[in-house]
Amino acid sequence: MIEYFNEYIIILIALLICVIMSIIRVARGPTAPDRIVGLDTINTIVISSMVIFGAAFREVIYIDVAIVYALLSFISTLFIAKYLEGGDY
Amino acid sequence: MLGLIVDVIIYIFLIIGVFFNFLAGFGLLRFPDVYTRLHAGTKCTTFGSIFITGSVIILGLKMWYLGNADGSVLAIHTAGALIAILLTNPTGAHAIARAAHRSGVKPVAAIVDGLDEMNKKTIKKPNEKKEVKK
Repeated sequence: MIEYFNEYIIILIALLICVIMSIIRVARGPTAPDRIVGLDTINTIVISSMVIFGAAFREVIYIDVAIVYALLSFISTLFIAKYLEGGDY
Repeated sequence: MLGLIVDVIIYIFLIIGVFFNFLAGFGLLRFPDVYTRLHAGTKCTTFGSIFITGSVIILGLKMWYLGNADGSVLAIHTAGALIAILLTNPTGAHAIARAAHRSGVKPVAAIVDGLDEMNKKTIKKPNEKKEVKK
C-alpha cells in the first residue's frame, strides 16, 4: 500500500472532510430540500474524488464509473425534486 | 524544466479545486436558508470540479507527451466526465430550487415574494390544483 502513496491521497482526505460536512447538513436539515441540497453536493464531490482515484492509481475504469455515477445521480436528483414539487407527474 | 512547470500547474489546479470544494461544505453548514445553501453547494462544487478534472486532463496529456499511451485515454475520459458534470449539475440545482419554492419553503428574510404573485396571476400552482380536485 505504501508504494501507491502519492499526493493524490492527501487530496482525497481533504475531499472526505467536505463529504463529512455535507453529511452533517443532511442529518440536521430542517426541511426536505435542505437534505436534497446536501445529497447533490455529496454526489458532485464523489464524482471529482473518483476522477482523483483514477489519476492516483493510473486506472481509467474509475473515470468511467464517475461518468455513469454523474448521469445516474442527475436522474435521481430530478426525480426527488419532481416528487417534492407535488401534483401529478 | 517543462515537466516541472506542468507539475506546478497541476498542483495549483488541485489546490484551487479542493479549496472551492471545502468552501462548498463550509457554506452548506453556515448559511441560514435553502436557497443560499443551494448557491454555496452547487456553484462552488461545479467550479472546484472543473479545476480538479482539468488537472487530471493536464496529467493525462503530460503522460501522453512522455510516451505513455494510457495518458490519452485518461485525458479523453476525464473530459467526458467534465462534460457530464457541466451538463447535469446546474440543471439539478434549478430543479431543486423550483421544487423548494413550489413546496412552500420561503427565504428567511423575505418580505415580498414576487415569483409567487406572478404565478398566482398567470398559472395555477399544482398544490392548488390538487385542492380543487378534492
